[in-house]
Amino acid sequence: MSNPAEAGPHDRFAVRAPGPLAWLGETRHLGLVIALVLLAIVGLVTKPENFATTSNLVSILSLAATIGVITVGATFVIIGGGIDLSVGATMALASVWATTLATQAYGPAVMAICAILVGTGTGLVNGLLIAYGRLVPFIATLAMLVAARGLAQRMSDRKTQIIQPENSAIVDLSTTRLLGVPLLVYIFALVVALGWVLLNRTTFGRRTYAVGGNPEAARLAGINVRRHTMLLYALSGLCCGIAAILIMARTTTGSSTHGDLYELDAIAAVIIGGTLLTGGRGTIIGSILGLLIFTLITNLFILNGLNTSDQLIAKGLIIVVAVLLQRRNLKERAP
Amino acid sequence: MSNNVARRGFLVGGAVLLAAGCTSNEPAAAPSSAAPAPAPAASGNDQPGTKVVIGFSAPAADHGWIAAIAKNAESAAKQYSDVEFKPVEPTNDINQQISAVESLIAAKVAALVILPNDGQQLNQVALQATQAGIPVVNLDRVFPDKLAYRTWIGGDNYGMGVAAGHYIGKQLKDKGVSNPVIVEIQGIATLPLTQDRSKGFADALKTYGFSVTAKQDAKFTVETGNSVAASLLQAHKKIDAMWNHDDDQGVGVLAAIKEAGRNEFFMVGGAGSLNAMKEIQSGTSVLKATVTYSPTMAASAIKLARLIAQEKGMSDLVENQVPQSITLASETITKENVEKYLPLGFES
Repeated sequence: MSNPAEAGPHDRFAVRAPGPLAWLGETRHLGLVIALVLLAIVGLVTKPENFATTSNLVSILSLAATIGVITVGATFVIIGGGIDLSVGATMALASVWATTLATQAYGPAVMAICAILVGTGTGLVNGLLIAYGRLVPFIATLAMLVAARGLAQRMSDRKTQIIQPENSAIVDLSTTRLLGVPLLVYIFALVVALGWVLLNRTTFGRRTYAVGGNPEAARLAGINVRRHTMLLYALSGLCCGIAAILIMARTTTGSSTHGDLYELDAIAAVIIGGTLLTGGRGTIIGSILGLLIFTLITNLFILNGLNTSDQLIAKGLIIVVAVLLQRRNLKERAP
Repeated sequence: MSNNVARRGFLVGGAVLLAAGCTSNEPAAAPSSAAPAPAPAASGNDQPGTKVVIGFSAPAADHGWIAAIAKNAESAAKQYSDVEFKPVEPTNDINQQISAVESLIAAKVAALVILPNDGQQLNQVALQATQAGIPVVNLDRVFPDKLAYRTWIGGDNYGMGVAAGHYIGKQLKDKGVSNPVIVEIQGIATLPLTQDRSKGFADALKTYGFSVTAKQDAKFTVETGNSVAASLLQAHKKIDAMWNHDDDQGVGVLAAIKEAGRNEFFMVGGAGSLNAMKEIQSGTSVLKATVTYSPTMAASAIKLARLIAQEKGMSDLVENQVPQSITLASETITKENVEKYLPLGFES
């Protein structure tokens, strides 16, 4: 608990303010929650009849689910001092591979497993290149972004691959509702919960902070830094594989065009959530709040019939403001 | 450590095995992937004439429609024993397309069919071809300089919006709906073609006294169509009609509508994909019609290039030479006439 390399958030709130809502005590998160509340108020004022409905909230969560799962993986990689630019392309590749007619012949279970294995495998290749091939993460994953998208195009012959009716069990993840909420939102919640436990309650999580904070110190402390780095990218790939299943469920297709620029959305969510790009600090909850802010903005703009260009400007501003606020917070905390 | 290596080996091995099993698209893809055979000309124009080499350059297919363009061109060329089809590597890079066209000029082909990535930016090289004595058939995206090409053939984006507007306007008028909620899902908003489509749509609706309630842009991809539609459905609890500009992104739009369990409105698509036609044919889908922007124009362009190179005219017309410009009509496909269009549908 007293190891300085472990900067997990629970260490702090264990001392400060225990309880289920303790993360509210985190100043950074408080800012994000306030931003979310402000956006919600904007929604309530501008579109009172549409915004606060259950179906709209469910729709926001469903929209956030795919990229949310990717964001969980991206948070691990970034806390570990790396970056994964290949997430969108990896998801596209997994969705294409899982929906080829040959894969579809084996049924929905094999399709899901295929997506997960392809995602994990792609992440593993990234990890091997970075940890053992000594490639800079930015370059290795940039290469993977291009190559995976190309492979996805080649495999699908640039066509949109529609999920056959006999495999509709995949699509059911999006259409079947439990307590009014589509199954894919539960999967999203489960991934976030598992990610949180892995980061905050296991040795793996502690090592992630240590490796990202100071790899040399981590190595001297007996952590196999290379192996850990490799596993982080594999984990990110695994999340992309799961996201591929969700996008297949939502769109009823696999396509090489899926997940275009998701890497930027995921990284932006992680940064807004207070994770440092230099590694060693950050939280899953922050990233998810960051993502929800983005999704809420998109929702509000469409509800009010505003155009996409203004949406992009708003998102750009939010990234800058979030980072400026965090920098101030960090200074205040510095002894 | 060695233990770890072994475990990793197992993982990688598993992935490779799976790769071998799951990459193929072979089983059912074969029958429908060939483009439909274009209809024969009215008179003796299809009789073999002088042997001609026709060069072809188009953007890389990142979209079902563009893929169908290349396929239609190739199958039209194959029909003729007197045509040697010479396509160059498709690319989305302007620079590369310019050099590809230059290579066709150097090869002294008899005619060129070019679908430029951008008409403005390819204008110069098309002009070079024309000056080298090679007739250029400009496909769809127009070169601004008329000196740069011999004949233009393409679709009518404004007309597509008009066709969708008339279908929706008439349906709603017949139902006696007043103040209908009409929703429009565009393609990439910055493209002139999108703006033309939207203008045609608004103009046609105006003749019925209707207007578009809300419009949002997607990016021609399934995923963007899906997320935009999901949010639009939230914004409008009751919709009367929806026009989606593009059938490729329409797959995502339909998925979102199904997920939301909505069926109080009808939808019109755009382009004319096989998938959209099947939805229309089923009768149970909210998709009731689609307005064409048919990639068969590429097959027609090859035919025109052949006629120009062989110095023939279009046999149904009086003139001795092929016209300077041909704008295809945007046709409305409904359940009533879908049978006739099915062979022309392209896979998204």
